[in-house]
Amino acid sequence: MRPDRTPLLLGAILAAVVAGGLALPQWLLFILTIACAQGLVVLGLNLLIRAGLVSFGQALFYCIGAYTAGGLSRAFGISDLFVQMAAGTATAALAAFVLGFLLARYRGIFFGLLSLALSMIFYGLIVKSETLGSTDGFNLAKATLLGVRPGEAWVRYAVLVAAASVTLAAVFLAWRFLRTPLGQLGPAIKDNEIRVEYMGASVRYAIHVNYVIAAALAGAGGALAATTVGHIDPEMAYWTTSGEFVFIAVLSGTGSVVAPFLGALIFGAIHTVAFDLSPNTWQMSMGLVLLAAIVFLPDGLWSLFTRRKTA
Amino acid sequence: MEGLKKVAVAGVIAAALAPLGAFAQQPVKVGFVMFLSGPAASPFGVPAKNAADFVVDELNAGKGPAPYGKVGFGGSKIEMVAIDEAGPTTSVVTEYRNLVQRSNVDLVIGYISSGSCLAIAPVAEELKKFTNFFDCGTPRIFEDASYKYVFRTSPTATMDSVGAAFFVRDTKGKVKSIAGVNQNYAWGQDSWGDFEASMKQLDPGVEVKTSQMPKLFAGQYNAEISSLLGTGADVIHSSFWDGDLEAFILQASPRGLFDKRTVILTTGETAMHKLAAQIPDGTVLGARGPFGPYAPDNAYNRWFAKGFEARFQAPPNYASYQMAQAILGVKAAWEKAMAANGGKRPTNEEVGAALEHLAFDGPGGHVRMAIGKGHQAIMETAYGMTRNVGGKLTMVDVKRYPAETVNPPEGVKSADWIKGGFKK
Amino acid sequence: MSQIGPVLVDGVIYSAWLFIAAVGLTLVYGVMKILNVTHGSFYALGAYAGASLTGAWLVKGYPPMLSYAVLLGGALLATLAVAPAIERGLLRFMYAKDEVVILLVTYALFLIIEDAIKLVWGVNPYFVAEPYALLGSFEVGGLKYPTYNLILVGLALALAAGLAWVLRGTRVGKLLSAVIHDPEMSRALGVNVDRFYLVTFTLGCFLAALGGSFTSPTVSVVPGLGVDVIVLSFAVVVIGGLGSLPGAALGAVIVGLVRSLSVHYLPQVELFVIYSVMALVLAFRPRGLFGLAEPRKI
Repeated sequence: MRPDRTPLLLGAILAAVVAGGLALPQWLLFILTIACAQGLVVLGLNLLIRAGLVSFGQALFYCIGAYTAGGLSRAFGISDLFVQMAAGTATAALAAFVLGFLLARYRGIFFGLLSLALSMIFYGLIVKSETLGSTDGFNLAKATLLGVRPGEAWVRYAVLVAAASVTLAAVFLAWRFLRTPLGQLGPAIKDNEIRVEYMGASVRYAIHVNYVIAAALAGAGGALAATTVGHIDPEMAYWTTSGEFVFIAVLSGTGSVVAPFLGALIFGAIHTVAFDLSPNTWQMSMGLVLLAAIVFLPDGLWSLFTRRKTA
Repeated sequence: MEGLKKVAVAGVIAAALAPLGAFAQQPVKVGFVMFLSGPAASPFGVPAKNAADFVVDELNAGKGPAPYGKVGFGGSKIEMVAIDEAGPTTSVVTEYRNLVQRSNVDLVIGYISSGSCLAIAPVAEELKKFTNFFDCGTPRIFEDASYKYVFRTSPTATMDSVGAAFFVRDTKGKVKSIAGVNQNYAWGQDSWGDFEASMKQLDPGVEVKTSQMPKLFAGQYNAEISSLLGTGADVIHSSFWDGDLEAFILQASPRGLFDKRTVILTTGETAMHKLAAQIPDGTVLGARGPFGPYAPDNAYNRWFAKGFEARFQAPPNYASYQMAQAILGVKAAWEKAMAANGGKRPTNEEVGAALEHLAFDGPGGHVRMAIGKGHQAIMETAYGMTRNVGGKLTMVDVKRYPAETVNPPEGVKSADWIKGGFKK
Repeated sequence: MSQIGPVLVDGVIYSAWLFIAAVGLTLVYGVMKILNVTHGSFYALGAYAGASLTGAWLVKGYPPMLSYAVLLGGALLATLAVAPAIERGLLRFMYAKDEVVILLVTYALFLIIEDAIKLVWGVNPYFVAEPYALLGSFEVGGLKYPTYNLILVGLALALAAGLAWVLRGTRVGKLLSAVIHDPEMSRALGVNVDRFYLVTFTLGCFLAALGGSFTSPTVSVVPGLGVDVIVLSFAVVVIGGLGSLPGAALGAVIVGLVRSLSVHYLPQVELFVIYSVMALVLAFRPRGLFGLAEPRKI
C-alpha cells in the first residue's frame, strides 16, 4: 500500500503559495483567497457526501460565519482575520450541533431538502431585518492581521498567506479525522447503515459529528469570504449559493482533501471565462461544463490524478 | 548614402514622436457593468446597454450636441468593455477586480443593484479606480461613508417616494388612509418606509391600512390584491418593477383595484409603453426623476430620444436616460480636467476632482453633484397621472418638484431629513 | 380584518395554481425517482410558447375563444420538442447513477435551457392578456375576481381526477404502479419500462408546461420565470410526500391556504411561511404527509 503523502502535498502547497504569491498579479491573489474560502465549505460538504448525505443547505453555515464576522466588525470594530474565522467557525459549529439532532435522522433527498428549507428560513429572517441592511447587506472594516493593517500593495498577498495557512491547517485536521475510526465510517454508512449498527458503531453519532465538522468548515469559509470581499448579504444563505457548492463538489470529487480547492479554482476560472466569452449566455456555458464533468469525469477532477496504472 | 542617412534620421524622429501621437489617440477603455441576464436585464440592464452603445457611438463620431461635441472623451475614442452584473456579490466583486486589474480599464461606469454599489464602493477606493454608479437606489452609499473615487450621477431613490407623497398632497389634499404593496427586499422596504414616513409628516392623521410585502418575483398577487381591496385605502403605493409590476397591473386592473382610489407606481414608467392598454386613467406613474415622459424638451433630449428610438425601435426608459447622463457627466468632467492640466490626458484623481460639485446638463435636464461631498447628484423630480388620449398613453397634471425640496441637504441622512420635516 | 370568503377564494386559487405547477414533479419522482430541476424550465417554455403563439393567434384576428386551445397547443408543442430528446438523448444513460447526480444533470440542463429561451425569445416581456379578461368576473364578499381563475381551478380538478382514474382504473395505470414499486421485477415480467419512463417524463414536463402556459395570461413572461416555481413545487411536493398524487394535492391546499391566511392577517411572515411549513412537516413526518414507505434492502 502506497503511503499517503498528503501532508507533504499540503506543505508543498503552502510553500508554493508563500513563494509564488510574490510574483502573482493582484487579481489572481484575490481569486486564490476566494478559492480557499469556497474550498473550505466544499471540504465539509465532501465529508457529508462520503456518508451519502448531499446537503443543499451548507450556505446556512457559510452565511452564519459571514454574518458573525460582519457582526464583530460592525458592533465591536474587530477586524482581525484570525479572530473572525475562529468566531465564524464557533458559531456555525454551535448552530450545527443544535440542528444536527433534527437533521441526523434524515437520509437522501429528504436530508438535502430539509437542509435547504432551514437555509431559506435563515435567509428570510435576515431579509426581514432592516438593521442588518436586508438584501443590501453591509460592509466590513478592512481586514487586519494580528492587529496590523498591511500596506495597500501587500494586503492581498498577506491575506492570502494567512488564509492559506489557516486553510491548510484545517485541511490537515480533516485529513487526520478521516484516518480515525469515526472518520472512516462515512462510506460504510453510505453502503449499509444496518451493518454499521451491527458492528457496534452509532450511525446517528457519526452523522452528527460529520455535520458539525462540515458546518465548522463552512463557517470558517464564510468568515474568510466576508472579510476578503468586504461585503456580506443574505444571498449567501440562498439555495443557489448551496447549489454552487454542490456544483464544485461534483467537479472536484471526493478523492482527496485537496480536491475541493482545485475544484473551486477551476470553477472560478470557468465562471470568469464564461463571462468573458459569452456574457449573454454564460449560464449555458456553465451548464454544459457541469454536464461534461458529470458525464466524462464521474469521480471528479481528482480522478485524473489517481488513475491506477493497470498492468 | 546621404539619402539613406536622412531617411534613418527621419525614421528615428518619427519613432520617437509616434508614442506621443499614439498616446493622445489611445482610446479610453471604459468598463460598463449592468445586468445582461436574469430578471433585471429586460427593464434595466439591456436598455442601459443600448443607451451606452448609442451614446458611445455618437460621441466617437463627434456627433454629440454642444458642449459634448468633441470625439469620445477629449478627443480619445471610447472603447467599451461590457460585463454582466449578475451573480452573487462575491462574483460581482471578483469581476470588478478583474475589470480593473486584468482588463486594465481606465474607469468604470455601471451597477444597477444597490447591493452591488455598496460592495463595490470600498473596492474602488482600494484600487483607486474612478467609478461612476449610474443607477442604484440606496442613499446609504454616501450617507454611510465618504469616497474619493466613487461618484453617482443619478439621484437616490429617496426622492421617488418623497415626491410621490408631495404629489398626493398637491392633487388629493389630505387622504384618510394609505396602503402599500412592495417587494420584500431592501428596495421595496426602503421605498415603502420613505413613503410612509413622508405621508405621516405631511398628513399626521393618516392611517396605514396594510403593507403587503410579497416575495421578490412572486408573480401571483391575487391574495395581496384581495387584501388591498378589502382595506378600502385611498392611496396605494408600489415600487414594483418589471415582471412583478406588469403581473400586478394585469391582475389588479380587471379586479377594480385602480377604480375609486389612487394607485402610485413609483417606477411605473418602464411598463408605460408595453402595457399602455392595461393601465387605467388616473394612475400616478413615476420615472425615478425627470426621465422618459417627464424629460425636458432640450437639445440633448431631442438628440438622445429620437436617435435611440430610431436605432432600437423602442423609446428609451429611465435606465437608458441614467446611463446617458452618466457618460455625459464623465465626459464633462474629463474635458474640464484636461482644460485645467494643459490638454494632457487626465488621471483618475483629476477627473474625480473635476466631477466633484460639477453641474452639467443632459437629456433629463440639469444635474448637480451637490451632496455626498460633491459626489452624489441631485435633480428635480416629476409625477403625473395617466390619461389615454386617442390610443396613446400621455401624462397629465404633471407636477415638478425642484431638486432641493425632494433631496436631503448635504450631510443629512435621508431618513432623518424626512422625520425632521424636510428641512432644507 | 378581511372577511373569510376572499381568504378562502384566494387560498383555493393559489392552491390550484400550485397543484398544476407541482403535480408533474411528483409524478416524475414517483415513477423514475428523479427530482427533475428542468421542471422549472418546462414551466417557462410553456409560458413563452403559450404567450407567443396566443399573441400571434389574436393578432391575426382568429376567434379569441379558441385562444385557450392555443395555450394548450403551445404547451404541448414546447414539451414534445424538448422532453423526449432530453430523456432519450441524455437521462436514459444516467439511471444507474446516484439520484443526486441525476438531479445535478437536470440542474445543468436547466441552466442551458434558461439561456436557450433567452436566445429564442429575447429578454423582452411577452403579454397576452385577452384570455384573462375575456370571461368576465364574479364576486365574493364584495370583491371582484376574474372568471379566468375558475379555469385554473377547473384545470387542477380535471388533472387530479384524470390522473387518479388513469392510475387506478386503466391497465396502463396498473402497469405504472408496478414500475413504481419495482422496475427490475417489472422488466423481468416483460413490461417495457423504458417506454414508461419516456412517457412519464414527457407527461410530467407537459404538466409543467401547461401550468406555465395557462398562467401566462395573468403575468408578464420574463426570463427567470421558472426559477421560483422550482423551489415552490419542491416544497409542495415534499410536504405531501414525494411520488404521491393525493399528497401533492394536499400539499398544494395546505400551502395555498396558509399563504392566503398569512397575506391577509400577518403579512410580515409571508416570506418564510412556506419553508417553515415544509420544515415543520418534515420534522414530524420525515417522508412527507403521504410519503410511501420504502422497504430497506440489505
